Amino acid sequence: MASLVENTILPPTVVRGGGYWSGVFRRLRRDPVAVGAGLVILAIVLVAILAPYIAPADPYRASSLRRLRPIGTPGFPLGTDELGRDMLSRLIYGARLSLFMGVTPVLIAFFTGSAIGILAGYVGGRLNTLAMRTIDVFYAFPSVLLAVALSGALGAGFGNALLSLTIVFIPPIARVAEAVTTQIRSRDFVEAARASGASGLTIIRVHILGNVLGPIFVYATSLISVSMILASGLSFLGLGVRPPEPEWGLMLNTLRTAIYVQPWIAALPGLVIFITSISFNLFSDGLRSAMDVKN
Amino acid sequence: MSAVPALVARDRGGPAQPLLRVRGLVKHFAIRKTVLGRADAVVRAVDGVDFEVVKGETLGVVGESGCGKSTTARLLMHLIAPDAGETLFDGEPVGSKDLGLRAYRRQVQMVFQDSYSSLNPRLTVESSVAFGPQVHGVPKAQARDRARSLLARVGLEPSRFAERYPHELSGGQRQRVNIARALALQPRLIILDEAVSALDKSVEAQVLNLLMDLKNEFGLTYIFISHDLNVVRFISDRVLVMYLGQVAEIGETEDLFERPLHPYTRALLSSMPSLDPDLRTEEAPLAGDPPNPINPPPGCRFHTRCVFAEPICAQREPVLVAGEPGHSASCLMVEPASGHSRAPVAGDAPIPA
Repeated sequence: MASLVENTILPPTVVRGGGYWSGVFRRLRRDPVAVGAGLVILAIVLVAILAPYIAPADPYRASSLRRLRPIGTPGFPLGTDELGRDMLSRLIYGARLSLFMGVTPVLIAFFTGSAIGILAGYVGGRLNTLAMRTIDVFYAFPSVLLAVALSGALGAGFGNALLSLTIVFIPPIARVAEAVTTQIRSRDFVEAARASGASGLTIIRVHILGNVLGPIFVYATSLISVSMILASGLSFLGLGVRPPEPEWGLMLNTLRTAIYVQPWIAALPGLVIFITSISFNLFSDGLRSAMDVKN
Repeated sequence: MSAVPALVARDRGGPAQPLLRVRGLVKHFAIRKTVLGRADAVVRAVDGVDFEVVKGETLGVVGESGCGKSTTARLLMHLIAPDAGETLFDGEPVGSKDLGLRAYRRQVQMVFQDSYSSLNPRLTVESSVAFGPQVHGVPKAQARDRARSLLARVGLEPSRFAERYPHELSGGQRQRVNIARALALQPRLIILDEAVSALDKSVEAQVLNLLMDLKNEFGLTYIFISHDLNVVRFISDRVLVMYLGQVAEIGETEDLFERPLHPYTRALLSSMPSLDPDLRTEEAPLAGDPPNPINPPPGCRFHTRCVFAEPICAQREPVLVAGEPGHSASCLMVEPASGHSRAPVAGDAPIPA
């Protein structure tokens, strides 16, 4: 609506700058929920980067004298964990690993899944059927089960957890990429590009990518929260990050014994995971609707 | 325009050689497949189409929806592969060594019906027009210059429109962009697939006039596909009538409109709305829907709806025969000694189609 008003006010000879993405950004800025979620994500990222400067204490230093202090204890604003380590510092340092494990698999899966899906969708026919049926095999398993199974088969460890999460996310992203590409491919402008004699790769580069990467990216953003939760789950099961590394899922795991003694402290890592993942979800929702508006 | 001499230089066979000659074009679509992937039911979208396009003419193609007009256009553009048949462009078989697909596509371009869907929403109109020349190796800056001058030629002031996105233009403006894009490769033949059908009447008239001007200026040949008989009569030199994937009738526009040979053409023409109350007809000229192209009726495909149908029509398939010079129809009433009671007697020498 707003762009319409601008169109009529501007003198017609003015070449209006800014293309599609500036319009998306403008609409995104008007969405308070998306802006709020974006700010939360930004804050978490900053905290993760600046952890050594922000954290009040060493996240690894344990003390059997001050185990499970309640929230608000002087010197320990969020209390201490079952080994007497400062909860606040561990949560701050935990943002590093947890974010990394949330974002990296999705990012790698975004590139590989998009490549598979776009190619299959553009070529179509038998290759598409073959690729998509293979993908469907992975789809048949619940993602949690698949992640645990892969991680277990590959062996416990940080790298293997990342790898198994990446494998879990490639099929859904490839699926979405294929669906969007198939839809764009049937539009007349792709036919017109073929009629001009352009090669398949040129058409994908100029005409397909710009139209499909946006929706795929939005979908991938919504997977970050899933990835964080799955990564936490793997750590919780002892398949991901090993103690004493601070990672939110792992912290949730080790603190579970304290749930009757200090329920609030035991719930803190879960709360942080919840806030982060819901922020990613809300932000990707906002991004989706900001990209949807065309007229 | 400097483009015109270049076009003349590309002319190979001279004016007598048809620009495009289509022989036995067939395209069937498998719509249901068995588990093993074999076709179970087949839509005979285009089923043996022959015609020629003379250099410099506008050939109108008319027919009901679903008769195979658009499929024919896509086949001619080689966007879909034909099951059978050959296309000769200025005497050269398309896809041969002398005329590869890429070279052919440089000379034949297409304008689609849906002006919005045929432009990339993420590209400025200038980029869309410049894309084709860039694909064929024209440097970017030069391609953009060409795009701007073509936009100006189709009536879109480049300083106002070049940087715009398709959703910022009206339907008529978008269709002008599509025409500019088709012209950007300096083609000799342009296929206009319902190119003005989605526009409102006043805009349609402007775009039609633009098309006629461009044709003269660049020495173009048009294949003009439409369901609007008035528009086809206005713009075409010759008209081809399609029915269920086959050519029903082809001839000079005036001959065909004044003396239609095929009963289907007659029915089509009487369905044209008239402003003269005396010429208005109350009853529907054609009863029922066209038969299912999955199982077209045997013999003449039109016999199920034809008022002159006789038993022979269900048995014998008519071929395209000339009823008068340059005017042919595929109807047993035109074919001599076909067995139809209205057919010309065998003694009359048939004029070869």
